[in-house]
Amino acid sequence: MAKIIVVTSGKGGVGKTTSSAAIGTGLALKGHKTVIIDFDVGLRNLDLIMGCERRVVYDFVNVINKEATLSQTLIKDKRTKNLSILPASQTRDKDALTPEGVEAVLNELSEQFDYIVCDSPAGIEKGAQMALYFADVAIVVTNPEVSSVRDSDRILGILQSKSRRAEKGDSPIEEHLLLTRYNPERVSDGEMLSVEDVEEILAIPLLGVIPESEAVLKASNQGTPVILDNQAEAGLAYSDAVDRLLGEERPLRFIDVQKKGFFKRLLGG
Amino acid sequence: MGIFDYFKSKSEPSSASVAKDRLQIIVAHERSRRHQPDYLPQMQQEIIDVIRKYVQVDSDDVQIQLDNTDDCSVLELNVTLPEKN
Repeated sequence: MAKIIVVTSGKGGVGKTTSSAAIGTGLALKGHKTVIIDFDVGLRNLDLIMGCERRVVYDFVNVINKEATLSQTLIKDKRTKNLSILPASQTRDKDALTPEGVEAVLNELSEQFDYIVCDSPAGIEKGAQMALYFADVAIVVTNPEVSSVRDSDRILGILQSKSRRAEKGDSPIEEHLLLTRYNPERVSDGEMLSVEDVEEILAIPLLGVIPESEAVLKASNQGTPVILDNQAEAGLAYSDAVDRLLGEERPLRFIDVQKKGFFKRLLGG
Repeated sequence: MGIFDYFKSKSEPSSASVAKDRLQIIVAHERSRRHQPDYLPQMQQEIIDVIRKYVQVDSDDVQIQLDNTDDCSVLELNVTLPEKN
């Protein structure tokens, strides 16, 4: 049985796809057979972030409609062993993902993989609810900013009431907070909510803090998950988050202001 | 914090702490509404309509709250009646 992880947020643009790509790749690097599913019907993007956009032939909806088999549709990652991608459909029909269809695909994937990472679309409507419905674990991606934190709290409410685990009365979905686009300088200047502030408001365990980093845009430009960049703080922070997800202890890094030189400090640069 | 920052006034709270205060209030409010039954807003409207048949009140003057304790739920209704002329 695979573990189903949903990467969700409510708000758009906070880094769900970047995080799905990084965490899925990280799990595969650790030797776990992993598939990342793009649930964003109509707006396929995971393929670009993973750098496999030209290898997409069939998609998630084709598999549900039995127009293609899973093995025809899954894209094996060329860089990372044990990793596959199931691309989203670009159909505009939002009802293309049926609960029965999604469940059947997840069951089939569950036989071949250890981890299924579901990259949720933004919002709290049907698409986002479908991505989280079957989850065992939720990674709530949040930026240290008011609207993102509020939307994350809305999504937590949905995880607790509208998931399969909630409806069946099973043990609740395991919730994790992943704080992204964190800027320690602005936090120290009192211009940005701190890790502790967001933890206190959302009251769920912290999986990791990803610093705001130029490496993230560079990685998506190139179609390489940022976790493969082990020179970048963001890549290392994602590696730590994956280790914690697997139950290992890792101290938080990159959340304090780096020491500046004397002149820079004097001039407030 | 550079040398020029020392000339700025220090009395204002930081924008991050304003953000935190606002979030704590709105999130608590939204969480309390999350566990309400779906029929509550409509019931609230109908109760207001009944009261209005007899007394002229604003909808703001009627507060309806559902509190859940361990084994019972309490529906609390507060109506502020207008002063008698």
